[in-house]
Amino acid sequence: MTPAQHHDKEGRWAWRLTGFITLLVYIFMFAPIIATVVLSFNASMFGGFPLTGFSLQWYAKLLANEQVLAAFKTSMWIALVTAAVTTLLGIITAFALVRFDFRGKATLGTLVILPALVPETILGVGLLVLIKAVDQPRSLGLLLLGHILLAVPYVVLIVQARMVGIRRTYEEAALSLGASRLSSFGEITLPLLIPAVVAGALLAFTISFDNTSASLFWRPAGVETMPTQILSMLKISISPEINALGTVMILVTVGIPLVGGLVLQGLSLLRKRVEAKGELA
Amino acid sequence: MHDSIHSTPRPASAGALPAGAGEHAARADGQLEKPAVEFRDIDIHYGKFVAVRDFSLAIRKGSFVTLLGPSGCGKTTILRSIAGLVDISTGQISIGGRRVDDIPIYKRNIGLVFQSYALFPHKSVFDNVAFGLKYRNVPKPEIARRVGKALEMVRLPGSEKKLPSQLSGGQQQRIALARAIVFEPEVLLLDEPLSALDANMREEMRVEIKKIQKETGITAIFVTHDQEEALSMSDRIVVMNAGRIEQIGSPEEVYEAPATAFVADFLGKANMLPGVVASVDGQKATIALSAGQQVTALSPKVLASGARVTVVVRPQKLSVGTSATGNRLAGKVVSTSYLGGSAIYEIGIGEGTIIRANTQIDGRLAREGEAIDVGFDPAACVLMDEKGFRIA
Repeated sequence: MTPAQHHDKEGRWAWRLTGFITLLVYIFMFAPIIATVVLSFNASMFGGFPLTGFSLQWYAKLLANEQVLAAFKTSMWIALVTAAVTTLLGIITAFALVRFDFRGKATLGTLVILPALVPETILGVGLLVLIKAVDQPRSLGLLLLGHILLAVPYVVLIVQARMVGIRRTYEEAALSLGASRLSSFGEITLPLLIPAVVAGALLAFTISFDNTSASLFWRPAGVETMPTQILSMLKISISPEINALGTVMILVTVGIPLVGGLVLQGLSLLRKRVEAKGELA
Repeated sequence: MHDSIHSTPRPASAGALPAGAGEHAARADGQLEKPAVEFRDIDIHYGKFVAVRDFSLAIRKGSFVTLLGPSGCGKTTILRSIAGLVDISTGQISIGGRRVDDIPIYKRNIGLVFQSYALFPHKSVFDNVAFGLKYRNVPKPEIARRVGKALEMVRLPGSEKKLPSQLSGGQQQRIALARAIVFEPEVLLLDEPLSALDANMREEMRVEIKKIQKETGITAIFVTHDQEEALSMSDRIVVMNAGRIEQIGSPEEVYEAPATAFVADFLGKANMLPGVVASVDGQKATIALSAGQQVTALSPKVLASGARVTVVVRPQKLSVGTSATGNRLAGKVVSTSYLGGSAIYEIGIGEGTIIRANTQIDGRLAREGEAIDVGFDPAACVLMDEKGFRIA
């Protein structure tokens, strides 16, 4: 039903109101992002409105800021390693949870997603307390471990959902045809799992790259990630540089999943083309 | 005709026999080859649940054997145990004389066809069919040749480049069949391969599978709950119920001479009329039915007067109305299903007992409520004892 079909006044107003509220919701969601991006190109010395002119000086300043560059590098490699490790762990855990029957399977399934339900601050403190208990210093390794801990539940959930949909008979067929368990996994299960694996990896990357509160607890002295770097910069002043940095972060966290999605789409398009050729043949 | 089935043991045609008898029969036929598949005293438990109990069976090379039974009877479990997808609890399984209990599935050299086809969705038809050959290190040109040949055999030549999703259900199942036979496995296992197909396709595939099995001479074990499939395709049928074998025999044997009340009921819904032996005259016994009427039946064994028996008679063996011959029972039509040339009547013969008769329509179709006679030849029935076993 379209709004035009509502001839009575009340209906028309209801539709207008709904449209108006929807618009407000969108403005509310995107205004901060747009403001950050727009202000990052503002020439003004102060990190706020009004706009005084277009300038790339804040980006230039950012590139010259070694602290920021170091933080970016740290965040980037931690996010990449987190994505790689959690994906591997996620695939193995999901496979075990879906394909094998063992005692305490349901409990284990719940436990795996628990870190996603516990408040991050608690996890942050918890890991720190644990490290102190075994008399270890805060290190980059701890920070990385923490990020993996935070991201694993999500990857397991995503991969598990896909795994449930892959019928066991595919693997059984491969085994009956002479493929070992490993070959059957590599040649049948994994390719069918790929969309979930890619989605899981992207999500893990984003979770790690974005993480602020837990990272504040875990990072060793002198090490900053992008979010903690922004926080410490904010303590001094609201410099327009932060807007530029924010824009870069938006670009990375939105851009990477977007590129991932495009790659997946491209792959399926390619497959459809192969199918089309098959039809001609 | 009926008697001959009882008294003369049939020559052991290609098929399944109880394990011990298998060897014996092989010697009698002068064939010394080992059974293609042999089960000895198999028990399979899932935790406390016993899925299969005391299962022994020898399957002749090149035969088509069907495991038939209702869902949960253990037939699929047995099939999967041959493949190595289910672990047996006790007993031993041999394929071609080689014990396979400890051999993993991928080294058992068996072809497996699933109800759900299970074609690899991300691989082309060629790659699907070539899969087994690839893992047997067959050289590439030879793979291409054999895949081509297998696709011709299932009447889908030239479909190499297609993906499974581009094929109909019947075509997918044919590709699955090609994939399972292309590497010439020792046994072909078919797990309800027709159940997912629509009725027309099912009949076509039935003929097709049987034809390919004959052409290749492969030993096939087929699992189904459909008695028609079992009767039309098999050399031997193994009827199973609640984890046990009820009867092993040719399609005619299990149909005409069911060993147990379960087999009689499961294959073709036979009429079961309980009664007591009233008088005996040699092999001819007069039986007073619980329904209140009397019938005479030929028994292969002299019965004791007063013994409780069940008269088992197929709906197709009954005649109604004026053409009712032999034992005549007076009854009343409860329902009529008109099938064109024939009709199925449900006839009440007293005490709530209903007989189903599937007969040619002779003259006029009888309507509900009409009084009607129903009859059968004394030799056209089978007698079961109190425990539900055929008196033979």
